[in-house]
Amino acid sequence: MAGKKESTFTNMVLVLFIITLVASAALGGLYELTKEPIAAAKLAKKLKAIKAVVPAFDNNPSDEMYEVEMPSGDKLEFYPATNGGELVGTAVKTYTTNGFSGYIWVMVGFKPDGTVNNYSVLEHKETPGLGTKMAGWFKPSDPKKAKSSIINKNPGTVNFIVSKDGGDIDAITAATISSRAFLDAVQTAYNEYMKNQKGGTN
Amino acid sequence: MTNLQNFSKGFFKENAVFVLLLGMCPTLGVTSSAINGLGMGLATTFVLIMSNLVISLVSNLIPDKVKIPSFIVIIASFVTMVDLVMAGYVPALHEQLGVFIPLIVVNCVVLGRAEAFASKNKLVPSIIDGAGMGLGFAMALTMLGAVRELFGSGKVFGITLFNENYGMLVFVLAPGAFLALGYLIAFINRLRKA
Repeated sequence: MAGKKESTFTNMVLVLFIITLVASAALGGLYELTKEPIAAAKLAKKLKAIKAVVPAFDNNPSDEMYEVEMPSGDKLEFYPATNGGELVGTAVKTYTTNGFSGYIWVMVGFKPDGTVNNYSVLEHKETPGLGTKMAGWFKPSDPKKAKSSIINKNPGTVNFIVSKDGGDIDAITAATISSRAFLDAVQTAYNEYMKNQKGGTN
Repeated sequence: MTNLQNFSKGFFKENAVFVLLLGMCPTLGVTSSAINGLGMGLATTFVLIMSNLVISLVSNLIPDKVKIPSFIVIIASFVTMVDLVMAGYVPALHEQLGVFIPLIVVNCVVLGRAEAFASKNKLVPSIIDGAGMGLGFAMALTMLGAVRELFGSGKVFGITLFNENYGMLVFVLAPGAFLALGYLIAFINRLRKA
């Protein structure tokens, strides 16, 4: 190879220009290639979360999605699920900022009357081993722990507040703050859901 | 220096994490489980090998004064490639590693090898150096992740070895990273002296 290039102005500009040009061309090409898989992965994740929380449906809930803006500027997303044209449930992507650290995003599925069908925690930064237990705590399979369950309960008739604060739901052991936040997210979703329900029964 | 010596230098004798104590930010940040450590290590390995490869080829064409900016652009390109590919094909792992993937750009191991080795050596030794250093980094992160996962939640690579309730939570949290790393370094030092 020839000797090292001198650090003259033209040399420096030329070399940097060529390097950035090649790099940006390569990245642009790769971006085009990966755009579809990335979008597909995101959609699959969302659909999976919706499927987990509402009864079986045959429409594409993403198509009928509507949003409600909260006072803080964040948006709740509503995904109506229908089967044979009839509304079987609505998945609500809800959040709270009352958690131990940062946002908690939860997907809650409501039956048409507002009863909780199921939920799945999407994103959070709670303490591993304590707050993280919320992923399963509020839907226990053990009937003895029914008091900590929110499944098949309607926030309109059951008090969605931790029992320590006088409510009807048992909090996660040693993670009361995360529990309060979680229930707050569900309650927010319920309130907005009832307000915006199509057909306007409420 | 033979190729084997060159490889084992990066993998063990001058291991980036255990011996040189470089790249501590991802080391402590992502190793809450073995799979996270392995994913991060392999992503870094890819970037190291590719940047060493390219830099050893073009370093003679780059004027000294713009050497560092050029290296950074090359490294950043490969990091962005890893980021995009991981987001598309392993979304779960990509989400776990989060901001640490783009931060490979500023991992001093990568720029260090580019500057100290690849810019002064030929193609093949540079690739071997990148592979050795990268896999050594991956091994260290996987070990640390496995130790933290085992003591913290009783699992290794997600396979339960004992009940989670007997785990020591501190190992999954930030202080546990420092503790586990300290003990591992002591252990490796003992091995190297023996």
